[in-house]
Amino acid sequence: MTELMAWLIAAAQALLLALLAPVVMGVTKTVRARLEGRASGRVGQPWRDLRKLLRKPPTSPTDSGIFFTAAPPMLMATSLIVAATAPFITTVGVAGSADLIVVVGVLLLGTVALTLAGLDTGTAFGGMGSSREMTIAALVEPTLLLSVFALSARVGSTNLGAIVNAGNADPEAVFTPASLLAFAALAIATLAETARIPVDNPSTHLELTMVHEAMILEYSGRDLALIEWASAMRLTILLGLLANLFAPWGIATTISLAWVVAGAGFFIVKVLGLAAVLAAGEVFVAKLRLFRVPELLAGSFALALLAVLASYVLA
Amino acid sequence: MTDPTATALVTALVSAASGATAGLSLPASWRARVVGTLLFLSGVAGLLAGLAALSGHDWQTDLPDLLPLAGIKLAVDGLSGWFLLLIGAVTATVGVYTIGYAGRDGHGPGSRTAMFTLPLFTASMLLVPAAASVPTFLLCWELMAVTSLLLVMTEHRRHEQVRPASVWYAAMTQAGFVTVLIGLVWLASIAGLDFTAIRTTTPGVSPAVKGGVFLLCLFGFASKAGAVPLHPWLPRAHAEAPSHVSALMSAAMVKLGVYGLLRVGFDLLGGGTGWWWLTVAALGALSALYGIVQAVVATDLKRLLAFSTSENIGLVLLGVGFAGMFASSGQPAVAALALAAALLHTINHAGFKTLLFLGAGSVVNATGTRDLDQLGGLSKRMAATTALFAAGALAAAALPPGNGFVSEWLLLQSLLHPGGHTGTVLALGAPVAVAIIALTAGVGVATYVKAVGTGFLARPRSSAAAGAHESPLSMIAAMAMAALACAALAIVPALSVPAITQVAASLRLQAPPMGTNLVSLHLTGITATFWPLWLTVGLVVAVGALAVAGRTVGKARRRAIAWDCGDGPLTARMEYTATSYAEPLQRIFDDTLAPERDLDVTHEEESAYHIDAIRYRQRIPDRIENRLYRPLIVAIARLGEAARRLAPGVMHRYLAYMLTALIVVLVAGVIR
Repeated sequence: MTELMAWLIAAAQALLLALLAPVVMGVTKTVRARLEGRASGRVGQPWRDLRKLLRKPPTSPTDSGIFFTAAPPMLMATSLIVAATAPFITTVGVAGSADLIVVVGVLLLGTVALTLAGLDTGTAFGGMGSSREMTIAALVEPTLLLSVFALSARVGSTNLGAIVNAGNADPEAVFTPASLLAFAALAIATLAETARIPVDNPSTHLELTMVHEAMILEYSGRDLALIEWASAMRLTILLGLLANLFAPWGIATTISLAWVVAGAGFFIVKVLGLAAVLAAGEVFVAKLRLFRVPELLAGSFALALLAVLASYVLA
Repeated sequence: MTDPTATALVTALVSAASGATAGLSLPASWRARVVGTLLFLSGVAGLLAGLAALSGHDWQTDLPDLLPLAGIKLAVDGLSGWFLLLIGAVTATVGVYTIGYAGRDGHGPGSRTAMFTLPLFTASMLLVPAAASVPTFLLCWELMAVTSLLLVMTEHRRHEQVRPASVWYAAMTQAGFVTVLIGLVWLASIAGLDFTAIRTTTPGVSPAVKGGVFLLCLFGFASKAGAVPLHPWLPRAHAEAPSHVSALMSAAMVKLGVYGLLRVGFDLLGGGTGWWWLTVAALGALSALYGIVQAVVATDLKRLLAFSTSENIGLVLLGVGFAGMFASSGQPAVAALALAAALLHTINHAGFKTLLFLGAGSVVNATGTRDLDQLGGLSKRMAATTALFAAGALAAAALPPGNGFVSEWLLLQSLLHPGGHTGTVLALGAPVAVAIIALTAGVGVATYVKAVGTGFLARPRSSAAAGAHESPLSMIAAMAMAALACAALAIVPALSVPAITQVAASLRLQAPPMGTNLVSLHLTGITATFWPLWLTVGLVVAVGALAVAGRTVGKARRRAIAWDCGDGPLTARMEYTATSYAEPLQRIFDDTLAPERDLDVTHEEESAYHIDAIRYRQRIPDRIENRLYRPLIVAIARLGEAARRLAPGVMHRYLAYMLTALIVVLVAGVIR
């Protein structure tokens, strides 16, 4: 019975993230618009955009093949799997079972599906976006894994549920220099992974600067909806991980309906809060030139390495 | 002969011998089919011998009359079994591939020499891990080197670059052989020729001698394994050899360098001290980083795969090095875990690299070019090759759910293991190793996205690629075999745990702390579990459900031309090429790679502001080769020139030499 319950909770968690993701996008857009003195759309606007796109037929370029059509479901599948297995609302059962290294790998698999699709279009834009995205992904990977190292050193395990549980049980352990450095590194990696300012600008279509948008330029209709949705989910996933790794309070540590509902509530508040902070931060920062991005990523890599060393020296 | 290991091994050798005979005697129209089939049988038998050894059937034999003076001694234990399994599996796959690849025209790979040498090469590879005395080991090792060299030279009439590649390979492999020879003979002069005798004697040998022997053997084995900086032969030989030989060399032969290191370091010398293994790990780290950075900028498909071999060997050496360091600092459980990761990576790499090299062979066969900048558009013309190559690339890029990810996960777990951080070297070394593995993984993903994306997708970039056609069935079947092996290793990696335990036991190490639950790969003692089966099922189900739902509920897909800015149809010249794809990464690693660029701008005669033509050329040289080997080659050439002065053709001088030599010998005899 508890086995079934665990699977159901995992499915519910994936559903929650899928439903929440467009709202997270809506919040970032609203906060940003308000701070820039513009009138904003409603928070639920991304949902309506998705509904509109989902009803339209997808279009494939004449030269593309299976890699182009397979990429949107692939990206969505990776997002769903991470959403179901990482500890967002509870740390027990299937929903808290993911390994951090596996999560990093599965998210990268989604990126790879999209970059191959970008090349499969045979356009210069697709190749350019793909090349840039891959360059950034290749440099973000070390930061992610080193931050993982720093976080897991505290607990002695790379299991996400175990790390979050340990933080929940002993809040003092979270506020160590190692953790704070790892947080900074992971935050920069999150910005790069989700194509946010200063690494990429989600609202640009200028060929000199676009990365993610160039790669998905040929997508339309249902395909585009899946990509937008899955990308929003990736943002939610990474923000949620950031929140739960460094502020795990409120997450359900036992499987009971009340706890799980409360955990979901806390999670929504934490993620929306982080999204608002992200959007507010973006208002004050300009996008970096593409070839300055490696410097930023090298900085985050250095932070992550310091975090690891600190976790040994100061332990 | 009732022992299963012996029966299988002898069957493998007999099949290979009959394969060699068939290659020598049969007419061209039958040669490839018969040799391929016998090679397949030999491989399967080798694989079974490995399995038998891994299930505990150790076997040894002594054939004193087979070789004058020393005789032949064979012994198969767990460690030998692991490598027999690996070599057997690769051989069986390549056997099937040879049938279609060598064809019936009797030239190149189908020639008499090539068909005679190929089974000899695989047989000598099977004998190396079974050798149980210093002379036997050296004999098999040299036989393997010579036969592989002959195979590298197969197409020397067709391509100019084959000859320099062969010279590089011959020089490096012989240099390595000489150091292994000196090392092992030094050891044998103290401890005897037999491996069993050496095992019992080495605990009493002085650490300085053991260190010297280890360093000499390390040089030879690392050069065979293609570890940086002993790698320059590898991208040349792998690229210029026929593809089935590249697969054998990259997937199986370079692994024997790792085997030699494990056999000599852990088994014969009994583990040794920390600095040995720190050296190995440093070599591994250098190989991993340098290999992958060169691979990501390579535009020759087979050169890319060859540098990726250096990278993967680097990861294996990192695992072996850390296993040694953990073992010598009193962490047997973590040591076994690192060793398990290294062993698993040898077999995973063998799986996906066989697949990738065979795939590259299929592409070269169909298009006649290895240049990624000339390829493209193969996904419609060669659908099966593309799908199989992409599966291999997924594994090689160490992405889940590929099998490459499994061993990297295990390697990272051993480095992250809380039990392993004793002492400053490990506490500092482990995070640095994690950083290097992570950077390697990231750049590795870019490498394989480039290989698949520019090599196979979108529009063909040359008429050769446009006229490509799918390869014969036997080649596809061989690739499918390799892909199935990769899938099995990816989905149920825990199957290998009992075998790894057996290998660890033969190296007198503890069993790795891994559970044997088939569905998951989990470590005992700490919370670390990975469910490859569920991950694969989840991905397949989710992708399938989304695709089916989209197709049934949503509107039908349309086809339209891609956005061309309203300026006529897009041509293949507008596509991103492999060079342009890697350009940002090349710019980032500019200081490491130091590419050579030429830019010629021709202006029109009337005005300096109007440009007539721009010519841009770029070459990315191997810097280690230029800095380390060129001066060495120049110095040796000078030495050779100088030595000629010793032989001016004057009879008096020669008589004087002889007299001096006689006096030296007499004096030496008296002093002694």
